[in-house]
Amino acid sequence: MSRVVVTGVGAVTPLGVGATQLHEGWVAARSGIAAGVGACSDFEPTAVLSRKEARRADRCTQLALGAAHEALEQAGFGPGLPYDATRIACVLGTGIGGVTTLEHGHDMLRDRGPDKVPPLSVPMMMPNAPAGQVAMHHGLRGESYGVVSACAAGAHAIGAAMRMVRAGDADAVVCGGAESALTPLTHAAFAALDATSTSGISRPFDARRDGFVMGEGAGVLVLEREEDAIARGATILGVIAGYGATSDAHHLTAPHPEGEGAAEAIARALLDAKLEAKDVDYVNAHGTSTPLNDRAETLAIERALGDHAREIPVSSLKSAIGHLLGAAGAVESIATLMALRDGIAPPTLGWEEREDGMELDYVPGEARKLVTRDRPPVAISNSFGFGGHNAVVCLQGAAA
Amino acid sequence: MSTTTVTPEAVEAVIFEALKGFGVEEDLLSRDAEITALDIDSLDLAELAQVLDDELGVEIKGDDVKGITLVSDLIDRVVAKAA
Repeated sequence: MSRVVVTGVGAVTPLGVGATQLHEGWVAARSGIAAGVGACSDFEPTAVLSRKEARRADRCTQLALGAAHEALEQAGFGPGLPYDATRIACVLGTGIGGVTTLEHGHDMLRDRGPDKVPPLSVPMMMPNAPAGQVAMHHGLRGESYGVVSACAAGAHAIGAAMRMVRAGDADAVVCGGAESALTPLTHAAFAALDATSTSGISRPFDARRDGFVMGEGAGVLVLEREEDAIARGATILGVIAGYGATSDAHHLTAPHPEGEGAAEAIARALLDAKLEAKDVDYVNAHGTSTPLNDRAETLAIERALGDHAREIPVSSLKSAIGHLLGAAGAVESIATLMALRDGIAPPTLGWEEREDGMELDYVPGEARKLVTRDRPPVAISNSFGFGGHNAVVCLQGAAA
Repeated sequence: MSTTTVTPEAVEAVIFEALKGFGVEEDLLSRDAEITALDIDSLDLAELAQVLDDELGVEIKGDDVKGITLVSDLIDRVVAKAA
């Protein structure tokens, strides 16, 4: 079976516009969080979109288009696609979709009546808009759709894409996730659930953590078969070695308290990659900074990796950019691939106080070198979502 | 409803202003311009209908703009509809 490789990555995140800004910012322990939110303040939609395209896209789609522009350019997908356009698919996840558009449409309905609801409301708020718009903008004519699984959507999209490439259903897949839900409704709704931090500090796995900090952004990857990428002379940035996904079937919002479903997803991702627990060099945690997730995830990592779990670094990007919901899994896989390339475990910002029973090495303070092996380093990247969705991607650095 | 008189000049002004807002280049806008050359599609026309209702109180439906090719055709239809 062919290996599935990554030949392009793009990211728009609170650490800046570009995957390099994300990687370098996190490795340097810079935070993109300000005033309790992770906003993409540097993103200017018309840098990559015409005014017409920009005004027809909710901000979540604009962010997706920004990240896709970077990923496709890096992969060498333009001008002129390297494969038959009908063999290039596009799968992008989102947690909530175009909620800014939805709220505006509802304001118009309430304040000015049904005749004043903007006709662009539905095409802008639909959760498949990022996938449809990226496909349209770049002329990708293979299968395309949106993935909706809350905070696991970005990882599910990568998993679906990997399977498409492996199965030969597509020659390349543009995949990832996008989210922009920094709206009054979303803030109030997460706060009503006690899910978000009242302190405005994202400090995953720390004993003082009090909820997640909401962020926005997008991450897009280009996947293709290794031999095809080599044949066309593309640069291989890393390998999607395996994927595992399960459901807790336990509670609408709370994770299984022992991390049962999450552990099974990790085990399946490793099995899919034909690797064992001892092969994992780094865990890119979901690490939301909520009391429930971080404890359950710690138990899940220990359950899946056994004694080896305490010997390897485990860190969370959400400490630097907050929780990007449906974009998180994609952005985190990109950051993980770049960390593996450099043989580095980036830090969990703000981690200072250990909680009893949470005994992993959460990489406090600063980035650290990974232990060198006789093969490129391996990581797992965890994503879990409301609804009990667990999706884990197993990544490996590119051969030097 | 606005009290603006629905003259061809008033309709033109509203349409040009709306299309600029939709992203049409200002120097392409003229009465003789072809609708397709301005890259105006069904979504633009749906938005434009709302603007015309807001600004001039003229209700335009899909059937009202069938078969038009020039911006001047659109202006004529709106003026006729308002009469």
